[in-house]
Amino acid sequence: MNARVFVTLKNGVLDPQGKAIEGALDSLGFDNVDAVRQGKIFDLKLQATSADEAEKEIAKMCEKLLANTVIENYSIELRD
Amino acid sequence: MKSAVILFPGLNRDRDMLAALEKITGHKPHAIWHGDAELPKVDLVVVPGGFSYGDYLRAGAIAARSPALAEVKKHADAGGLTLGVCNGFQILTEAGLLPGALMRNRDLKFLCKTIHLKAENTTSAFTNQYAEQPVFPCPIAHHDGNYTIDPDGLKQLQDNDQIAFRYCDADGNVTQAANPNGSIDDIAGILNAKGNVLGMMPHPENLIEKAHGGNEGRFIVESLVEAVA
Repeated sequence: MNARVFVTLKNGVLDPQGKAIEGALDSLGFDNVDAVRQGKIFDLKLQATSADEAEKEIAKMCEKLLANTVIENYSIELRD
Repeated sequence: MKSAVILFPGLNRDRDMLAALEKITGHKPHAIWHGDAELPKVDLVVVPGGFSYGDYLRAGAIAARSPALAEVKKHADAGGLTLGVCNGFQILTEAGLLPGALMRNRDLKFLCKTIHLKAENTTSAFTNQYAEQPVFPCPIAHHDGNYTIDPDGLKQLQDNDQIAFRYCDADGNVTQAANPNGSIDDIAGILNAKGNVLGMMPHPENLIEKAHGGNEGRFIVESLVEAVA
């Protein structure tokens, strides 16, 4: 089974990298951008007998390692 | 006072820490490889600075999940003194031994320079030797020292006297301008609620003799020696 995990900063957590990207976009003339938040994507290939099992397993991986839940949220997208 | 230093691939301040501990305590510290799942009986465990695992995923994230850190957690949970410096601070927050998280510096630059620190708590096991001279210059060398925590967590740190060090100017004024990395409430180092774990971004191990430009970094270890005695 393939899955994609999105890890993003929680609302309210300042994102200095997103801010710098926002500034760079602005300097390139994209002055219609109101805000940029940077995140991470993980593509996983894993063995699982059901979508439900895969999702539960990946949630555990996120809680234990892939995300720092003090500052980050995660979401899981299963693909076939 | 007996101590141990945990070693991970990618650290670069481990030898400085080992040398500083030996010089100040008079006992050779144990150097413990991260794969070793057993800690010798010691008063103090130190997680030193550097770039464990190349800062992959997040600074300190991989090291925080190693067998050695599980042992460090047991040591700390039992009340054992535990110090994390720089990457060590990041590792201790990632491992849940200290609250909050360390993010990329406000201006996105790696900072390697001397700043000033103010010991805000001068009664803890780690800081009791700073009462007479709480303000001192100290080196920093980090890319991810921008400490953050949610408002409730910050209030708890403030109310419990868990803020060990703040960034300040040479006169001891804690100001935004003196904060090198954007850290919330100008925090440079924090204690856990029980006061037996300290995490800090600056490098006291590089401030232990006159040739370093100052020896105020010794006071942390000397405070511990006092606390253990």
